[in-house]
Amino acid sequence: MAAAAAVSGEALTAFLLRLADDHLIIGHRLSEWCGHAPMLEEDLAMPNMALDLIGQARTLYQYAGEVEGKGRDEDQIAYVRRERDYVNCLMAERENGDFAHTMLRQLHFAAFMQPLWQGMLSSRDERLAGIAAKAEKEVAYHIRHAGEWVVRLGDGTEESTRRMKAAVEALAPYVDELFESDAVTKAMAEAGIAPDPATLRPAFDAIVGPIFAEAGLAWVETQHGQTGGRQGRHGEALGFLLAELQHMQRTYPGMIW
Amino acid sequence: MSGRVEKVVPLRTPLWPAGHLPLKGGERLSGRSEGGISANLRRQRAYRAAASVVDPEIPAVTIEDLGILRGVEMEGDVAVARVTPTYTGCPAVLAIELAVEAALREAGFEPRVERVIAPAWTTDWISEEGREKLRAYGIAPPAKASNSIRALFGETEVTCPRCGSPETARVSEFGSTACKALYRCESCHEPFDYFKCI
Repeated sequence: MAAAAAVSGEALTAFLLRLADDHLIIGHRLSEWCGHAPMLEEDLAMPNMALDLIGQARTLYQYAGEVEGKGRDEDQIAYVRRERDYVNCLMAERENGDFAHTMLRQLHFAAFMQPLWQGMLSSRDERLAGIAAKAEKEVAYHIRHAGEWVVRLGDGTEESTRRMKAAVEALAPYVDELFESDAVTKAMAEAGIAPDPATLRPAFDAIVGPIFAEAGLAWVETQHGQTGGRQGRHGEALGFLLAELQHMQRTYPGMIW
Repeated sequence: MSGRVEKVVPLRTPLWPAGHLPLKGGERLSGRSEGGISANLRRQRAYRAAASVVDPEIPAVTIEDLGILRGVEMEGDVAVARVTPTYTGCPAVLAIELAVEAALREAGFEPRVERVIAPAWTTDWISEEGREKLRAYGIAPPAKASNSIRALFGETEVTCPRCGSPETARVSEFGSTACKALYRCESCHEPFDYFKCI
């Protein structure tokens, strides 16, 4: 892989793991709605989108395992790492809350991912460009789906508006972390592998802004931005999620489905 | 090739959804006695065997129709089939890879399946024949030009695969599988699947 030569395998592995962890964790969260969604169509939609996200996570874990070169496969990386080894953003692990809360979380994450995937379409890393080419189209569906719900609930009944406003407030502290830049993201940007998240905020605003406007929602500025996910410092919620996610591999190490 | 595929012990008869046997109705190739045939002919036979595998979710179309079989090459005695996933998270990927292995072995080849990710598959790779088969099976084929946002979002006309009416309505963006959306025909009132454009 010629493109990877420009950047250390360590940095590329770190970047791939962040991306993969984001997708596995938020995909798992979404799958928790299976059988609990407010209507049949949503009960189909939630696992469908979870499937996209977990599928994206798998391709990224496979690649991370190869770049890392320690013989770990996707299952070992996903199922036997400890909580502090996970480097997902805090937004991804946020508990589902009510339907409004989940839809807004999905919109935020998808609106962050779309420009990131788009930037990776021309990645010097061919494999990532291939993954991005598919994911970029899949995420467009997620934005439309979540966006329609944010508008419907935000501009809906008194109760739905109240809940959507509460979701905006509750998730606001987790937005800035998405756009954090550090040595890893800078190395990716310099090597032409992926855009630095810090440059993606205008694209995020261009997606979320019009949806908020149509929903009659106002952006909430927060004084209490949360951070730490990329360094493995997580909220309480992640431990419970991992307990469920990793249960089978912890109980029967090395089991194959 | 993913680690996952290598671990799997290939079954002679894969656990296949009922009625969806990979070679059902097709011609079984006997690959046992081919001492003198040319390498090219062997490659073609391997290709035909792999190309006969059907999609486990949509048994009306083969993986060749869908454009997800990228090619079969001979490496010595090993037939290497290159397969590309449709949707990233498509759960049929593993079943298809297993079926390709089984079909190649059935045809007398030592199989190996490689998963190809780049360039990414799009619905434009479905052959004309495949699109017709989908329609005949009751699934509206995807709009062309998958790189257009209008096509992606179903703003193009979706015609009913049963009566051909263009008067259709989207019921749900997410259907029975990752690749399909649910529609309803306003003329004949039948619900039908639409193969989503990606």
